Amino acid sequence: MGKTIAEKIFCEHVGRDVKAGEIVVADIDVSLVQDGTGPLAVRQLEKLELEKLAKPERTVLFLDHSAPASRKELANDHDTLRNFAKKTGAQLSEVGMGICHTVINEIYVNPGDILIGADSHTCTGGALCAFSTGMGSTDVAIGMALGKTWFRVPETFKVFVTGEFPVGVFAKDLILHLIGLIGADGATYKALEFCGPAIENMSMESRFTISNMAVEAGAKAGLIASDETTKKYLEKMGRGSKWRPIAADDDAEYERVIEIDVSYLKPMVSFPHTVDNTRTIEEAAGVVINQVFLGTCTNSRLEDWDVVSRIVKGKRKAPGIRFIAVPGSKYVEKQVMDAGYYQILAEFGAMFLPPGCGPCVGVHGGVPADGEKSLTTMNRNFRGRMGNPKGEIYLASPATVAATAIEGVIADPRKYARELTSKSFPTIVNTEALKRATVMAMESIEKVATETARKLGPRVKETSEIKSH
Amino acid sequence: MALYGKAFKFGDDISTDHIAPGRYFHLRSNLPELAKHVLEDADETFATRVKPGDFVVGGKNFGLGSSREHAPTIIKLAGVGAVLAKSFARIFFRNAINVGLPVLICDTDRICDGDELEVDLEAGLIKDKTNDIELSFTPLPKTMVTILEDGGLVAHIQKHGDFKLD
Repeated sequence: MGKTIAEKIFCEHVGRDVKAGEIVVADIDVSLVQDGTGPLAVRQLEKLELEKLAKPERTVLFLDHSAPASRKELANDHDTLRNFAKKTGAQLSEVGMGICHTVINEIYVNPGDILIGADSHTCTGGALCAFSTGMGSTDVAIGMALGKTWFRVPETFKVFVTGEFPVGVFAKDLILHLIGLIGADGATYKALEFCGPAIENMSMESRFTISNMAVEAGAKAGLIASDETTKKYLEKMGRGSKWRPIAADDDAEYERVIEIDVSYLKPMVSFPHTVDNTRTIEEAAGVVINQVFLGTCTNSRLEDWDVVSRIVKGKRKAPGIRFIAVPGSKYVEKQVMDAGYYQILAEFGAMFLPPGCGPCVGVHGGVPADGEKSLTTMNRNFRGRMGNPKGEIYLASPATVAATAIEGVIADPRKYARELTSKSFPTIVNTEALKRATVMAMESIEKVATETARKLGPRVKETSEIKSH
Repeated sequence: MALYGKAFKFGDDISTDHIAPGRYFHLRSNLPELAKHVLEDADETFATRVKPGDFVVGGKNFGLGSSREHAPTIIKLAGVGAVLAKSFARIFFRNAINVGLPVLICDTDRICDGDELEVDLEAGLIKDKTNDIELSFTPLPKTMVTILEDGGLVAHIQKHGDFKLD
C-alpha cells in the first residue's frame, strides 16, 4: 500500500513503517514559539527544570505579535524570551524581524522536516513539504526540551486542483472557496494534501497562502509535494542543498478526494464572523468598508505587494477609507522597498507598520471602532479578532483589498485585468538586491546566535549558511 | 469521579478569541486576571456568574482558532468542571487535556442553559437532572487518558521523565 506525504514523513521520523491512525512519538526538527505563547512555554520548562534544549539552533523564539510592544506587560514578556534565548542558545527573532510563519520558512524549514509551533498557523510550512502543525505552549515547550513529541498520524484528504486561475483570481480565493465548501471543521484532525496541475504551476508564495489556511478547515497540516518550485525557492534562500523531492505514492490511501477546477473560480470573500461564511465577489460587492489591511502570515509576501501595487499605482484611495500595509518580514520589507512598492502604496494613501502580525492580533495598530467593517487579507474573522468585538471583519485576496481601497466598497479585482497583466510593471526584484535583503534579514538573528554560541560551544551552524550564497 | 454543576450553554464555533480575547493579550502572563474575562466575547456575564464545578456546554467545533493554551487554562481557572460539546477543534482539545481540563464529546442539543448536570467521568455518563435524561460521551483516546490521569502533560513528564504513553 502506498503512502501519503504525512505517512512518509512520519515513517522517516519514527524509524519504522507507520500508517494513518497510529499514535507515535516522533523526533522534531524545528520548533517555534511567539511572544503570546512563548512566555508560558518558558514557565512550563522552568517548572519542569528542563532548560536544556534538544536543538537550540533550530528552536526559534519570535517577537512578532505585539511588536514593538504596545504595553509594559508585553515588553516584559519580550524580555522573558530574550533572557531564555541567552540562557539556552535558542534563536531569537527580534521585534521588527517579522512574522514567525514567514521567517521560519524563509530561514529554517526544509522538505521532510517536522515543525511544531505554539501558533495555529504553523501549518504554513506544509508548503515546503514539511509536516508542520500548531500546538499549545506546553506541548511545544516539552518538544523543545526533549526533541520529540507524540502525534496521531493523520488520515489525509487529497485536494486535486486543475485549471488555470482567471486574471484577478488567486490562491487566497481558492483556499477560501475550499473552506466554504467543506466548512471550518471539515478537515478536523486530518491532513490536507494539495496537488494537481494548478498546484504544480503555483509559485512558492501562493503555496504558503494555501498551506497557511489549512487550519481554518480544522486540518492538522496542509501539505504540498516538494518539487522543482520548492528547489528553486530553497536555492534562492541559500539552502538549495537541503532540497529533496517528496511526493505521495500513486496508490496512497486518502479518506476523501476533493476536486476543484480553478478556471471557474471567482474572487471570494468570507463574511463575519466565521471563515467558512464565504460568498462570491458578486454577492459581496458594494459593502461599505472603513479599513483595509494588507498583511499577516497569509498574504504579506512580495507577490502580494506586487499585485496590490499594480492595481493601485497612480491612483488615490477612496476618501474615508484607511489602508494599513504590513510586510511579513524584514526580508519582504527590503524586497518591496527595492521594487518601489512602498512608494506606490504611500502615494496611493496607505500607511505602514513594521514587519509583524500588525492588526491581526487585536492588540495594537488598527483596532476598528464599534460597527466598523474591515476588509483584510487575514486568515481569520472571528468576533473580536482585531481587538473590538463590535467590529466586523471580511477576508479576501490582496487584489480584492486593492480594488476595495480604490472604491471604498467591496469591489471586484477582475476589472483591473489590464494592470494585473501589464508587462511594463516591475515584477522581479534584481538578484543583488535580493541577496542584500536576505543577508540583512539574517543579521539580528545571527548576532544573538553567535553571541550564545561563544558561551555554549560551536553548535550554531544552520543560520550562517545563507550568507555564503 | 463524579462532577456536579450547572450548564452554561453556548452555540457553535466558539473560538479561542471568544474565550481569551486578543485585546487582553497583555494579561497572558497574569492568568488569574485573564480568567476574569473568560468567554467574555460569547457572554459578557459568564465570568461573574460561573461557580466552581459548573459546565461549559458548546455546539460544534468548540475552541477553534488560535493555539493559545491560555483558553482552556482560564476555563479551568474559572472553576469549570468540564467542557461538553458536539465536537472540538484539534488544538484546543489537546491543550485542554494537557492542562487537565476534561473535554467531553456528546450530543449537547438536549442540554439547556441552566440545567443541573452530573458527569461521571469513569462511567462515561452525563445525567441532566433538570430534564431527566442521560447522555453518553465518546471515550478519550488512551494516550489522552494517561496524560489526564497523571494530571496534565507537565505532571506526566515530571512523573516519568519522558513520554510514557504505551
